[in-house]
Amino acid sequence: MRMPEPDQSVLAARDTLIASLQSIVAEEGVIWSENQLKAYESDGLTAYRQLPLVVVLPEDTRQVSEILKICSEHGAKVVPRGAGTSLSGGALPLADGVLLALGKFNRILEIDYENRCAVVQPGVSNLAISEAVADQGFYYAPDPSSQIVCSIGGNVAENSGGVHCLKYGVTTNNILGLEIVLMSGEIIRLGGKHLDPEGYDLMGVMTGSEGLLGVITEVTVRILKRPELARAVLVGFPELEDGGQFVADLIGAGIIPAGMEMMDKPATHAAEEYCQAGYPLDAEALVIVELDGHSTEVDHLIGQVEEIAHKCGASSLRTSQSEEERLNFWSGRKAAFSSIGRISPDYFCMDGTIPRRSLPEVLKRMAQMSDRFGLRVANVFHAGDGNLHPLILYDANQPGELERAEEFGAEILKLCVEVGGVLTGEHGVGVEKRDLMGVMFSEADLEQQQRLKCAFDPEGSLNPGKVFPTLHRCAELGRMHVHRGQVPFPDIERF
Amino acid sequence: MSETYRPADADQVQEIVAWAVAEERPLEIRGAGSKRALGRPMEVCSTLDLSGLTGLTYYEPGELVLAACSGTPLSVIEAKLGENAQRLAFEPADYGSILGGTAGQSTIGGVLACNISGPRRIQVGAARDHCLGVSGVSGRGEAFKSGGRVVKNVTGYDLSKLMAGSYGTLAALTEVTFKVLPMPEKTRTVLVFGLSVSEGISVLGQASSSDLEPSGLSHLPAAAASRCSVGYVTQPGDSVSAIRIEGPAPSVEARCRSLREMFEDRGATEELHGHNSSTLWREIADVDLLGEAGGDLWRLSVPPSTAAGVVDRIGAALPSTCDAEFLFDWAGGLVWLDINAAKDAAHELVRDALAASGGHATLIRASEEVRRTIPVFQPTSPGLAALNARVKQGFDPRGLLNPGRMSAEY
Ligand SMILES: Cc1cc2nc3c(=O)[nH]c(=O)nc-3n(C[C@H](O)[C@H](O)[C@H](O)COP(=O)(O)OP(=O)(O)OC[C@H]3O[C@@H](n4cnc5c(N)ncnc54)[C@H](O)[C@@H]3O)c2cc1C
Repeated sequence: MRMPEPDQSVLAARDTLIASLQSIVAEEGVIWSENQLKAYESDGLTAYRQLPLVVVLPEDTRQVSEILKICSEHGAKVVPRGAGTSLSGGALPLADGVLLALGKFNRILEIDYENRCAVVQPGVSNLAISEAVADQGFYYAPDPSSQIVCSIGGNVAENSGGVHCLKYGVTTNNILGLEIVLMSGEIIRLGGKHLDPEGYDLMGVMTGSEGLLGVITEVTVRILKRPELARAVLVGFPELEDGGQFVADLIGAGIIPAGMEMMDKPATHAAEEYCQAGYPLDAEALVIVELDGHSTEVDHLIGQVEEIAHKCGASSLRTSQSEEERLNFWSGRKAAFSSIGRISPDYFCMDGTIPRRSLPEVLKRMAQMSDRFGLRVANVFHAGDGNLHPLILYDANQPGELERAEEFGAEILKLCVEVGGVLTGEHGVGVEKRDLMGVMFSEADLEQQQRLKCAFDPEGSLNPGKVFPTLHRCAELGRMHVHRGQVPFPDIERF
Repeated sequence: MSETYRPADADQVQEIVAWAVAEERPLEIRGAGSKRALGRPMEVCSTLDLSGLTGLTYYEPGELVLAACSGTPLSVIEAKLGENAQRLAFEPADYGSILGGTAGQSTIGGVLACNISGPRRIQVGAARDHCLGVSGVSGRGEAFKSGGRVVKNVTGYDLSKLMAGSYGTLAALTEVTFKVLPMPEKTRTVLVFGLSVSEGISVLGQASSSDLEPSGLSHLPAAAASRCSVGYVTQPGDSVSAIRIEGPAPSVEARCRSLREMFEDRGATEELHGHNSSTLWREIADVDLLGEAGGDLWRLSVPPSTAAGVVDRIGAALPSTCDAEFLFDWAGGLVWLDINAAKDAAHELVRDALAASGGHATLIRASEEVRRTIPVFQPTSPGLAALNARVKQGFDPRGLLNPGRMSAEY
């Protein structure tokens, strides 16, 4: 992976930078010895590693602001990091960059039940928010599988989703306010406890900005009352097409479940071996449909779901009769990535989204690619919204396998775009998909996105080398190419 | 000389904007023009009229996704969705009549550009939450796109969000893509009569904090309630707190029963079915229930629990020569305020009233003179204003698209 050339003058001035950072945060808040830096050399995309120049761990907004000012003065790049679970290398360090780790910045500041929101610091884990409001029967809806560890700041930066986002939306639909710090050190508040922030929707563009626009130092999230009841149906199908038809028919019947997940046979087998969730091993497609809400509604819809499943040729069907059984249905799906980790030394988790109806075609062509590359693939799929996670199994110790796996992954993502989908549904572009951006966007599209970055970070110091395949200077992006003296449009209606 | 250009496709839009850039000629961007009176008045001679860009470019009911040219009338889109028992769930409101025109004119591009949502915003999100992608032409005269045609997508910055609520100041939108949802089998509304503003908002808050999943939470003081065309609403001659429930029939019936039990000791209750229910929510969404006199109309977005305090402060501060009327939506989070005979729409005291609790106030309707004099949109901190100006600069460096519509500075 090609990263921007390290700036020699920044490398040379490392000691001065460390001393300046030590004047801002407590001694132990600056990490610079090589063996301690090791812990930060990669995020969830472990194929790529790089020691950062130095790690700094602020605990409040003022410190973040001062750190960014100092870094700007030193011309040092900054990579924000939450819990480091990104699967796209978004938090991959830079040799000449300060890694700004927000793990210590982890207090819940306020829970406001009257306005159904909570104000939290960015290092708070996703699950900790739900736990903090659980005694009043509330929760924070987006639930990425990594929710025990991933930080809310990282969730905002990646616009993370979860298995329940079909009904409840992803991060961007569940936050009300942000505090951010720009590379200049300037602190800016967006939104608050009210709906729809004033002026341009900068909260909307901060969400999913992968640490390139500003550092998130506070998040106001919406909290919801837990539904009275949740039940899940576990359905096996003899063919992948039947599973696809089932999903289509449910939506056609006007049913939007809380979550709807599909796994193919290899993923089902791996999960079953790991969790003994009682999955049917003969099924080519396994679908979990969860319904939640008022008990009358859930029980009513469960009947409809069962009926549609039978009509679509289900080979097995179980409906959860208890909370324990429901959680058991999910245990295999939630551990899908870890279970693949047990059957293969390494794996890449891809994240394209496709129109649902293209699923059979995409799976067929992926199987052909799997043969061609000589690498196995297992699929888990957020079936309700078309977000596909093919897991490519490889062994980095076999010469050439990593490169083959990368190539296989790139082909899958190109296929997703070809059928009308996108490169990434929830894991972000990071470094992993950076060089594929041209498959989806024209040069003009990408330049317009980078002009937005210029408004936030004109020197391009925040997380450079991520998301954009080519880096342009803001002065160059600002230049206008004007063609004067055209005859104005003879064919256009005017009055 | 004033001139209107009415392109027929995205290429022509690009041609016109590129020409305007070369000539440094500011452009007013409009769809059907139904919301022209919203925002700061502009001194612009040339108009880019996008109402010629019409038609659905993609609609797959099974995928729950619809894309259309920006000038497509909302009514056309809603009719098409209706054929498949689907809808735009954010319930785009129609400001046509409150802005002095007629209802039913909105284009889909205008809905997004003004980020207009209705009562269901509280449950499912705003226009910005349902927009999946946009294509447009920037003030540099360059065509660009963002997003896609699938719901789950984090590829690149989410510029669609930025377009929502930018009032045509960043780009001329040529195509927009939305997620759509199935219509519910049944809709009913539980009414609770006779509550004061703070009691009403507390009832709405209680419903909102319950597990009953309400899709509309509005409080109408007696004056507003009296203008409703549904007899059940006007009959008691009192204030009405309304809670809408949607979903499969047995669930709606059970949840309405729970609500009525929950609130039976707060006041008399009633239940609206079918047509009556939809009429009430249409009138709330379109702000049809406030002062016929057509005073200055404010839209306040506030933390719901502060709404009663905010209107109290405004009421207390207004000179006795002014009349004010209120209407509450979004469980109190949205306050509509109609003020008559106030100097400069009483903007200072309105904005002072929400300063402590946070939120913002937008002057939706006022004379051109007033809109020229006072900030129509909530003034922001200097840092945020400067950032907004830099964002504008990145899209429209010469300040040619709807110049001054949102702010005198950008
Ligand atoms: C086993 C496993 C399962 C997963 N399941 C899901 C899933 O179901 N859904 C899903 O969406 N994702 C999933 N992920 C991906 C990952 O957990 C999410 O992207 C998560 O939001 C990252 O949070 P983090 O705190 O670990 O961020 P990091 O990995 O530390 O950082 C991610 C990105 O955000 C930036 N960033 C972090 N904090 C800040 C901040 N405060 N301000 C500015 N920028 C910041 C970083 O620079 C980086 O670009 C999974 C990952 C793993 C390992």
